[in-house]
Amino acid sequence: MLRVRVQTEDFNVGVELARLGDTSAGGIASFIGLVRAGEPPARRVVALTLEHYPAMTQKALERIAGEAQSRWPLSGCIIIHRAGRLLAGEQIVLAAAASPHRAAALQAVAFLMDWLKTSAPFWKLEEFADGGRAWVAARAEDTTAQSAWTR
Amino acid sequence: MTNSVHILYFAWLREKIGTTDEALAVPDDVASVRDLMAWLARRSPGHAAAFENAACVRCAIDQDFVSADAAIASAREIAFFPPVTGG
Repeated sequence: MLRVRVQTEDFNVGVELARLGDTSAGGIASFIGLVRAGEPPARRVVALTLEHYPAMTQKALERIAGEAQSRWPLSGCIIIHRAGRLLAGEQIVLAAAASPHRAAALQAVAFLMDWLKTSAPFWKLEEFADGGRAWVAARAEDTTAQSAWTR
Repeated sequence: MTNSVHILYFAWLREKIGTTDEALAVPDDVASVRDLMAWLARRSPGHAAAFENAACVRCAIDQDFVSADAAIASAREIAFFPPVTGG
């Protein structure tokens, strides 16, 4: 079972994970990304706007989930990514994997997040408490993390 | 001969250029993504600002990531954007 969605509305983690479990799954691993307000002395983030490339996003997410399924014996895999304006503390992304054994599920989720950071066409615009705004710059560490999975 | 292509811009490229997309007749001698960025940069001051540092611009042809060396000959849709920051 592979489920990939881009949506503006929030998602219910309990409902999504419950749908992922079945009798072949020994466990489910998940990661939930949130909008971070940041700590002083950094400027406080009040909201993020996530822009994406709709014609490409679904395809890119399906490719990432499909790649995880080809690497680990997963009985299920979910990626839900939100788009639009989100306030600090809101949920941005859910990545989850179900597998007969925990190591596969945990590794698959780490893989999904590393690949989402570098291979899905999303861009974050931060709005600060002082009224400023700025596009988030890509981090070299994210590319390094993604490269580590290259076979 | 020219090749009509749908070109899309995202994030700060979209803001600098001032439009989300445009349909353009691209001359045949504009062969690669790198050539296309140089050609687009001459269209307006906004385009010039967006493509000023081409090393910071990423590209997808028909919804697949490509490098600046990729040929654009058979492309129907070409998107330009900054390095992605989702997740």
